[in-house]
Amino acid sequence: MTGNTEKENVSVDYFESGHRACGGCGPALAGKLIARAAGPNTIIVASTGCMEVFSTPYPETAWKTPWIHSLFQNAAAVASGVEASLKRQGRDEKVIVIAGDGATFDIGMLCISGMFERGHDVTYICYDNEAYMNTGIQRSGATPFDASTTTSPAGKLSNGNSRPKKDIPAILAAHGSPYVATTSIATPKDLMDKVKRALSIKGPCYIQVHAPCCTGWGFDGCKTMELGRLALNSGLWVNYEMVNGVVEKVKKVKRIPVDDYLKAQKRFRHLYRPQENKDEIAKIQAIADSNAQKYGIDIPVKK
Amino acid sequence: MKVKLAISKPTVGASGKTGSWRTFRPVVSHETCTKCGNCYRFCPDAAIDTEFNIDYDFCKGCGICVEVCPKSCIKLIREDE
Repeated sequence: MTGNTEKENVSVDYFESGHRACGGCGPALAGKLIARAAGPNTIIVASTGCMEVFSTPYPETAWKTPWIHSLFQNAAAVASGVEASLKRQGRDEKVIVIAGDGATFDIGMLCISGMFERGHDVTYICYDNEAYMNTGIQRSGATPFDASTTTSPAGKLSNGNSRPKKDIPAILAAHGSPYVATTSIATPKDLMDKVKRALSIKGPCYIQVHAPCCTGWGFDGCKTMELGRLALNSGLWVNYEMVNGVVEKVKKVKRIPVDDYLKAQKRFRHLYRPQENKDEIAKIQAIADSNAQKYGIDIPVKK
Repeated sequence: MKVKLAISKPTVGASGKTGSWRTFRPVVSHETCTKCGNCYRFCPDAAIDTEFNIDYDFCKGCGICVEVCPKSCIKLIREDE
């Protein structure tokens, strides 16, 4: 939230206005910031998802950089091919993959694993809106514990999604990736810095961007940044950097209870209506606590 | 035979003028603005330039700029007013 626009030294956006994202869309902001950080000398590979659908209605596109989309599952494989071809031709364009959490966590896992194992010089960016939003809010591997989606609906016999979020950064760090980071659209400077750093590092890098989705999560479009900040402050989302598999930099916060974050969203409404489900909220609080302990995000309080 | 490839061309407003979606119009008060750049940075539609003028052709009126403004110098006004 700090820094002047002059310092960032950007005058052109490579992701233009007029795309068909919802008002207050988190992924659209992620796309804008990634394009701003990457600059003109970039080739973007996209998988199917919200970002592909809202930014490129045929025959027009909102991207001013070369952009290619093939299938849902093979963005990483396409990027590998593009990178190999550029290398053969001796060109220096940077290759970025922008994929959603469905394409990264579930459908594209095989190709991503291949790309990281072969060690292509590609930056893989996943905008994580925690479900398949484009097709109507189905649960994915990124959906958090107890979130209600159309394929994990909350009701008398269910409290929503029964499984916790998959830890993809750890999986990709285990592939030997030199740089794995998580960031959020609520921290745009951090996001742009991490994209620039990943692009400067040779080898397959991974960045996961937390991007609140007003339609899927059920909140007013103007609250997108607030939700991003609440997720960070509650400990349910952690901004960190892993270099060669070791966690280096972690964003420390003064932690707040998860209630503020949960209450703001329709997908967690069943935890508070008709009466407060204390057991389930305690389980979500335990996830936040274990995150805080694992990454050490708590600012020590002087006594 | 001429083969036609499915290539999209970059245009401003790939989905037309999205400003028509708007119910509330954000208006910047340049007198109280401290030029922190938050609105420029956070606008998901890239509709705010570095001089903090809002492009009403493409602003969808989501209200993020109003929320992130530390000086509260952006106000939402109903379109029909």
